[in-house]
Amino acid sequence: MTAFASVAAEPVPSAAGTPHGLDLRINRLSRQFGDKRVLERLDLTIPAGQFVAVIGKSGCGKSTLLRLIGGLDQPSGGDIAFEGRNGPPADREAIRLMFQEPRLLPWQRVGANVEVGLPARTPPAERAARARALLGEVGLADRAGEWPAVLSGGQKQRVALARALASRPRLLALDEPLGALDALTRIEMQGLIERIWLEQRFTALLVTHDVAEALALADRVILLDQGRIAFDLDVPLPRPRRRGSAELAALEERLLTHLFAG
Amino acid sequence: MSLVERSAWFRPGRGQARSPSRDPAGGRSGLARLETRLAGWVLPVLLVASWEVLSRWGYIAPNVLPAPSAVALAGWQALKSGELVHHMSVSTARALAGLLVGGVIGLVFGIANGLSSLSHRYTDTTLQMVRNVPHLALIPLVILWFGIDEEAKLFLVALGVFFPIYINTLHGVRTVDPQLIEMGRVYGMTPLTLFRKVILPGALPSIFVGLRFALGIMWLTLIVAETIAASAGLGYMAMQAREFLLVDVVVLAILIYALLGKLADVLTAALEHRCLQWHPAFHTPKS
Ligand SMILES: Nc1ncnc2c1ncn2[C@@H]1O[C@H](COP(=O)(O)OP(=O)(O)OP(=O)(O)O)[C@@H](O)[C@H]1O
Ligand SMILES: [Mg+2]
Repeated sequence: MTAFASVAAEPVPSAAGTPHGLDLRINRLSRQFGDKRVLERLDLTIPAGQFVAVIGKSGCGKSTLLRLIGGLDQPSGGDIAFEGRNGPPADREAIRLMFQEPRLLPWQRVGANVEVGLPARTPPAERAARARALLGEVGLADRAGEWPAVLSGGQKQRVALARALASRPRLLALDEPLGALDALTRIEMQGLIERIWLEQRFTALLVTHDVAEALALADRVILLDQGRIAFDLDVPLPRPRRRGSAELAALEERLLTHLFAG
Repeated sequence: MSLVERSAWFRPGRGQARSPSRDPAGGRSGLARLETRLAGWVLPVLLVASWEVLSRWGYIAPNVLPAPSAVALAGWQALKSGELVHHMSVSTARALAGLLVGGVIGLVFGIANGLSSLSHRYTDTTLQMVRNVPHLALIPLVILWFGIDEEAKLFLVALGVFFPIYINTLHGVRTVDPQLIEMGRVYGMTPLTLFRKVILPGALPSIFVGLRFALGIMWLTLIVAETIAASAGLGYMAMQAREFLLVDVVVLAILIYALLGKLADVLTAALEHRCLQWHPAFHTPKS
C-alpha cells in the first residue's frame, strides 16, 4: 500500500493492530415491498475484516440486503448493528457501496470523480493529490485528467473502486461490481479487489452471481434463498487461490447443489 | 496483480491513442482542412455575387431589391451617422433584457418543479395553460397596457422565451439519472452539493436546447413587436425606411436581424461547447 499509506493523513489502523474492519450483526431483518416479502427474519453475523460473498438466484433479495446495510433503504423489521450498536454507524463514511454500474459523474474528470469519495473533512488543497494516489492504487494514475466517457468499462469500474476506497471505509459492500465486465477484465478486477482487501482488511460484502468468483475471493459464501440464508459455507483455502484447483471445484459443486436444490 | 493487468494498465499509449482518432480532419493536409471550413460559404457567396450582377444588368429593379453594394452603402452611411449603432444597441438591449427576465423565471420554475412535486402540482397546469396562448396574439393588449414603451417589448420577449426554457429545464432536471442521485446520497452529498454537482450539470444539455429555442423566439418576438410598436430599434428603422421608400435600408435591417440571430447562435454554441465539454458529442481531442 505504498502510495496509499503515504497520502492518507489520518493515522491508519494497520492490519496487524486493531482490526480496520467493521463488524456487523443482522438480527431478524425483514423487508417487504407491498405484499412481497423479500427478506424474512434474516440473521447474519459477520466478524470484522471478513470477506463474505453473497450468492443467490436473481430477485432473491441480494441487492435489497446490501441497500439495507448501506443505509439506502429502511428495514420493515429487525435491525442491523455495527460494532454492537443498532442503527447506522456514527461515521457514515465508514460504509461504502459499490454498484453494478460505475455511476461516475460524466461531467467531472476522473480525478474529481474520485474526490467525491474523499471524507468531507479532507482539506481542499490535498484533495487532488489524494485522488491521484487513489487512482494509482487501481492502476489509473495517469488518467486523472480525462473524462469518464473515454474510459473502458473496466477502467470506469476501477475509478468507482478508487472512489469507494477514498474514505478508507471499514465496510465495503459490492453489488455485482464486475457483472458487466468481460471474463479477462473480471479476473483482473478480482485480483485488484483481493489485493486491496488484503492491504486494508475492511469488511467486504460481495454480491455476485458467479459462484467461481465468490469462491476465489471470499472467506465465506452465503447463499440467500426465500428471504433467508439457506446455506453458509466457509472457504478456508489459502490465498492466492489457484483457479481450477480440486478444493475449489469440490466447494463449487456443493454450492451449486444447494443453489439448485432450493 | 497478474501479468495481464500490468501489461494492460501501464502501456502508456493505450488510452491516449483514442483521442486523436476522434479528430475527423486529423491526418489530412492543410488544403483539405481549408476546403471543409470554406465549403459552407461557397453557395452564399455565389448567390450574393449573382444578385449583384443581375441588379447591375438591370434584371432586378432597385425599388424591388437593391443591389448588395447599395445595401452595403446604406449600411455604411447609417453606420457613419451613428443611427445604425443606436438602433442595433436598442434592439440588442431589449433582446437581452427579455431573455434574462424570461429565462431566469423559466429556469427557476423549471428547477423548482423538477425538484419538488408539490411545486409541480400547484404551478405546472397553470403554466401549461398559459403556454397555449400565442404570445404574439397579446400584442394589442400589451400596447393597451404599456403603450409603445420598453415594458411592452420586454414583456413580450420575456413571455416568449419563458416557455422553451421552462419546459426544457423541467425535462432536464426530471431526467437526471436517478442512479447518479442515489450515488450522491450514498457519498454523503448535502442537498446543495447534490444540486450543484449532479442535478444541474445533468440538466444542462437539456437547458441548452431550451436556450437555443428561446433565442429563435426572442428575435422573432422582437422583430414583430418593434415593427408594430416602437420608437427606436431595428424594426422601427425598417418601418421608417418603408415610409420613405428606402428599400436598401429595409433590406439592411432584415440582414442585420439575420446577422444578430446568427451571432446569438454562434455564441450559444460556443458556450455550450465550453459547458458540455464532458459530453461525448462535444469532445475536443486533447493535445
Ligand atoms: N423498490 C422496490 N419496490 C418494489 N419491489 C422491489 C423494490 N426493490 C426490490 N424489489 C423486489 O424485491 C425482490 C428482490 O430484489 P433485489 O434487487 O434485491 O434482487 P437481487 O437478488 O439483487 O436480484 P439480481 O441478482 O437480479 O440483482 C425483487 O422481486 C424485486 O422485484
Ligand atoms: Mg441485484
